[in-house]
Amino acid sequence: MKQKALNGLKRVLPSAVAIVALCALYEGYRRMGLATDDQWPVVGGDLPVKTNQVTMPELSDIVSRFFEPQQRRSSTTVLEAVIQGSWYTMRISAAGFLMGAVIGMSLAILMLRSKLLERGILPWIIVSQTIPLLALAPVIVTWGNRIEIVDWQPWMSVSLIATYLTFFPVAVNGLRGLQSPPAHSIELMDSYASTRRQTLLKVRLPGAVPYLIPALKLAAAASIIGSIVGEISIGLPGGVGRLILAYAQQAQTDPPKMYCAIIGAGVLGLVFTSAVGGLERLMPGSRHRSDVAL
Amino acid sequence: MRMTRRPRWRLFLALFVGFALFAAACGDDDSDEGSDGGGELTPISLQLQWFTQGQFCGYYAGIEQGYYADRGLDLTIIEGGVDIIPQTVVANGDADYAVSFTVRGLASREAEAEITQIAQVFQRAGTRQVSWADSGITTVADWEGKKIGNWGFGNEFEVLAAIRQAGLDPSADVELVQQQFDMVALVNREIDAAQATIYNEYAQMLETVNPDTGELIQPDELHVIDYNDLGVAMLQDALWASTNRLNEEEFRAQTVDFLAASMEGWIYCRDNLEAGVELVLDNAPILGEGHQRWMINEINSLIWPSPDGVGVLDPDLYQQTVDVAVEFEILAGQPDEEATRTDLINEALDQLRGDGLDVTGDSYARIEVEPTPGGE
Repeated sequence: MKQKALNGLKRVLPSAVAIVALCALYEGYRRMGLATDDQWPVVGGDLPVKTNQVTMPELSDIVSRFFEPQQRRSSTTVLEAVIQGSWYTMRISAAGFLMGAVIGMSLAILMLRSKLLERGILPWIIVSQTIPLLALAPVIVTWGNRIEIVDWQPWMSVSLIATYLTFFPVAVNGLRGLQSPPAHSIELMDSYASTRRQTLLKVRLPGAVPYLIPALKLAAAASIIGSIVGEISIGLPGGVGRLILAYAQQAQTDPPKMYCAIIGAGVLGLVFTSAVGGLERLMPGSRHRSDVAL
Repeated sequence: MRMTRRPRWRLFLALFVGFALFAAACGDDDSDEGSDGGGELTPISLQLQWFTQGQFCGYYAGIEQGYYADRGLDLTIIEGGVDIIPQTVVANGDADYAVSFTVRGLASREAEAEITQIAQVFQRAGTRQVSWADSGITTVADWEGKKIGNWGFGNEFEVLAAIRQAGLDPSADVELVQQQFDMVALVNREIDAAQATIYNEYAQMLETVNPDTGELIQPDELHVIDYNDLGVAMLQDALWASTNRLNEEEFRAQTVDFLAASMEGWIYCRDNLEAGVELVLDNAPILGEGHQRWMINEINSLIWPSPDGVGVLDPDLYQQTVDVAVEFEILAGQPDEEATRTDLINEALDQLRGDGLDVTGDSYARIEVEPTPGGE
């Protein structure tokens, strides 16, 4: 029990220290700039970022801004608005993430079937990720509006953008993972006259798990980014992406609020990634997790 | 060990699928909203070029006051986004009407988008160039050797035209600086003159505390150059519709009704500033009250007075807009005759005149709105 608590502390402590250090760096720089009139001490010369209240609001202002109403007339606090927006964005991301994971895994299994398919598909998967998201977003919206089978909703376009970022790491790492079992394992299965499917389910998929975990975590973070960019790009209201933009427009007169939304988006990414990472404990072969660097 | 593996693998799969179903179910819960059109109304849609704000007050007023419903229309307003090009949305048939700047629409039309301008809502341009009064800049000629901010993305042409008009070379005599869509660079005095719309960024400036005085920045601390006065201003918010669909009798009649309801909405905003503020805030509670009051008031003075009637394109200002666009090669040449039409808006105004409404606003006088700290 004591050991467990200690281990927990060991895991939390470094990130806690990192956050404190980051805050200290921010406040330190800010106060130095205020004291020296935005000059480097001793050597002189302009600081790269000005330290006035608009560009770098005081840390305590950012924290207290969370608990104040977002507008004088509004009864919603910034914290509530950020949480609501994050929850909405997370649902959109989750839908996109799941679709991306399924598509990515299917592609990996497809590429496993033959070297020819792998050579045919893999380069295109890589090319797909070089297309800027901002160029893609309007196209996805237009295509979505052409879909007649389902009643296409704007949030689906954003989910699809998240899907687009999600499937890539899953497909690439999934393929590597499926190919990872040593030849003698596969040969053993062959000697049992196993079908391809049996080999896939009993040897290849369990073998792929240590490769999939980091890929899914990466995909989870990417799906949040995709959703936020997508929301801003196509103007979908309700999510934290839109909130960032709306607050950014008021940043000149209310700078801390924008930072609140940005912090919220960061926390959202962490929460979603950890939730996906939590699946790891339920997976077979999870003790190998540290063997595979992404 | 072997025995425990399989069930855990299955458990994982089951959880994964469960999570998938959960997320899918969650994502679905608002798909039904707004599908209930109600009765005999014809659903139509309007694509904005930005998010809900006072700039689009008239359309929200038209919905709220039932002006569209009175004419058998059920208007859905689609908010814009960073990458949404409203006139393209109309050309693709994904919205019936769009709000877009005059030249942007014309440029899309030149690129073969089948769209026509059906009303010129803003009679004047909202763009200004703002500098600190103590910097001594009072004319464009004073920009020589100074850092002049502009937003790019097609917003720079009025700036360039003004510089040329003053006899300066935009590439040599001034330092053109890409400016964020805010006034931070000017507040920090990193640039000497900043591009601003009178209804948004200029107001933000007046809502900001001056670090030197500790009070809100006052108008007399600033100097404003108005591109309208220089004769290089380019017309802005206009309404666009599909060229081909306008040839269909039914769509044409519907468009006249849409224009009448929209312009009645703008008349409402002109005569009821406070109600307009409430309307916008109801639709976008995230916005600041003081800032929206300023915005609607300034938008009103971009529209009113409208000597030829609200929404009617002024041929001289249109020509001026096109000339600047051609000079800077945003347009390859003069637009064709079908690019704009005023018959629809004039029929719409006849409707409104018949109802005894004042469609020119000759006696309109702008109200003095006091900037509030932070625009709240």
